[in-house]
Amino acid sequence: MKEGQDEPKTLAEIAATEQANSDVWDLRLYVAGRTPKSVAAFENLQRLCEEHLAGKYRIEVVDLMVHPQLARGDQIVAIPTLVRKLPEPIRKVIGDLSNVERTLVGLQLRPAKP
Amino acid sequence: MARAGRVENTAATQLPKAPTGVGGLDEITGGGLPRGRPTLVCGSAGCGKTLLAMEFLVRGAMQFGEPGVFMAFEETSEELGQNVRSLGFDLEELARANKLLVDHVHIERSEIEETGEYDLEGLFIRLGHAIDSIGAKRVALDTLETLFGGLDNAAVLRSELRRLFRWLKDREVTAVITAERGDGTLTRQGLEEYVSDCVIVLDHRVVDQLSTRRLRIVKYRGTTHGTNEYPFLIDEQGISVLPITSAGLKHEASRERISTGVERLDAMLGGEGVYRGSSVLVSGTAGTGKTSLASHFADAACRRGERCLYLAYEESQHQLARNMRSIGLDLTPWIERGLLHFHASRPTAHGLEVHLASIHKLVNELDPQVVIVDPITSFTGAGSPAEAEAMLMRLIDFLKGRGITAMLTSLTHGDDPREHSQVGISSLIDTWILLRDIELGGERNRGLYVLKSRGMAHSNQIREFLLTAQGVELRDVYIGPEGVLTGSMRVAQEARERAAAVGRRQEIERRQREVERKREALESQVAAMRAQFQAEEQELLTMIDAERSADAEVLQQRAEMARSRHADEGTGAPRAAGARTRGKAGAKGDHP
Repeated sequence: MKEGQDEPKTLAEIAATEQANSDVWDLRLYVAGRTPKSVAAFENLQRLCEEHLAGKYRIEVVDLMVHPQLARGDQIVAIPTLVRKLPEPIRKVIGDLSNVERTLVGLQLRPAKP
Repeated sequence: MARAGRVENTAATQLPKAPTGVGGLDEITGGGLPRGRPTLVCGSAGCGKTLLAMEFLVRGAMQFGEPGVFMAFEETSEELGQNVRSLGFDLEELARANKLLVDHVHIERSEIEETGEYDLEGLFIRLGHAIDSIGAKRVALDTLETLFGGLDNAAVLRSELRRLFRWLKDREVTAVITAERGDGTLTRQGLEEYVSDCVIVLDHRVVDQLSTRRLRIVKYRGTTHGTNEYPFLIDEQGISVLPITSAGLKHEASRERISTGVERLDAMLGGEGVYRGSSVLVSGTAGTGKTSLASHFADAACRRGERCLYLAYEESQHQLARNMRSIGLDLTPWIERGLLHFHASRPTAHGLEVHLASIHKLVNELDPQVVIVDPITSFTGAGSPAEAEAMLMRLIDFLKGRGITAMLTSLTHGDDPREHSQVGISSLIDTWILLRDIELGGERNRGLYVLKSRGMAHSNQIREFLLTAQGVELRDVYIGPEGVLTGSMRVAQEARERAAAVGRRQEIERRQREVERKREALESQVAAMRAQFQAEEQELLTMIDAERSADAEVLQQRAEMARSRHADEGTGAPRAAGARTRGKAGAKGDHP
């Protein structure tokens, strides 16, 4: 699961895993080519997940340079954008995820500070 | 580009342009929006930005063979589709034909957290993908500023928008970007700084509860453009901008003359009536017979077999037809034969632009030779006087441009109708007929005169205007030392004149008789004197005779006496002879 970036996944597989484990965090990171920002975002995301969601997360990286048609579905405007598909509701965190605190708030792993 | 070349063939040095297909807009922009460049359309909410952007794309796709991408930041494609369906635009069908692609960009603020650096590459990719997928030549972004509400980092947004405009230029798409009007600035986020090629401002003002939309080109680099505020309207055909000056002063001047329907009025207008294609203004206070005159005009047109459009803003068709029957004018057959078309509406039902547009539409549909607007003054109720004037100028211009003879009635107030008439439009009017009240001797009568009539020798006289059961009649008015007399005053004056004439005649006769009498008197006097003289003469002669005979008697008696005395003949004779001589001389002296 850790090396999800390059691991091809079929929809059936995803669905099967989701059914098997509803606790799993399904995260999708939208990038546009290998820019410093997207690389930083992916690294930050991996680190954060290992720390807070060890063993129950899945990261899918979508490169819009390759699949531009996918941008519409998740209403992607900014790059990079991290989309929490599961658990619902959908949450989005945009930026390179360098601010761990805000990323955790964005993913609702930590309540927003008053 | 070939199309742009055609549009611009008169001004090759100008920018290539992409025709919008929006009525009137291409005229004031000199051919359309700058091709391959972004155009900013800004305005407050509800002023028609989205529609303008959409119409640009739809017309581009349908009329100019240029597919377009509509990137909607505010509405979903379904909503957009519904909104423009009433204008006859079927977005779904255009989408199926790959001529139009609507992409709804939605940023839900509540589900987004920002952390660290980002850019809007996602938006670029989406737009680029959409453009590529249908080969779009046109792009609309509506309303880009919504991004500022969805994302926090304004600095990033600004630099990214700058990049976006650059990118749009590089892609060589003709883009329309809409933006909200800011407080004191053209756009809330200062987008006008980034779009330097063409900026159009839309405005939607409500004055006296009536709304008017206006369009103005603030900037159009590299081209000449109209700088005025142009009213525009949105109806079933979409947007139409109404450039005031579009008609220009190029209309052909016809030499043909047509009757006004009132014989005597034709006679006043150089004997032949008004020129075809000219504009006739009939102004007067309430109840001076403007509508009656207009109806005659309509009737005359229909009699010639022409089509007439009667725009009634005060009376309904049936009311007007009924009222005109009372002056012996039956308009119903013309209506039935389709020659006379009534369009009755309340002036306050729409704003001026909608009125103007509906007139444009009716004229285009009916193609009439004669148009009557009764009355034009009601438009001031649907806008400020200045706006109404501007609208009327455009209307008259439009009708003249089409060679349509127009009769406009104008309701005036007060004593002098000229003061209150539409001064602004009077310069556009060719023939101005004034109807006025003449109040005299406890009654009100109507007077008519021709204030001006271009290009003909017209009468300068006032005529009394009568509404009879046989229609309008014009009569000479009595003009005497007491001024203009009409109605019963005129009749009374005429009677007085007749009486005076009779009196004068009688006086002459009397004088003549007197002369006669005097002559008779004189003659009788002369006769009497002569009679007296004759009488005296007779008497004198008698006396003379008597004396003479007495004289003779004396002589005879003397002779007798002498004879009887046997006196010496010799002695006696000379004495007798002397006496006779004396007697003769005496008789001579008495009887000249």
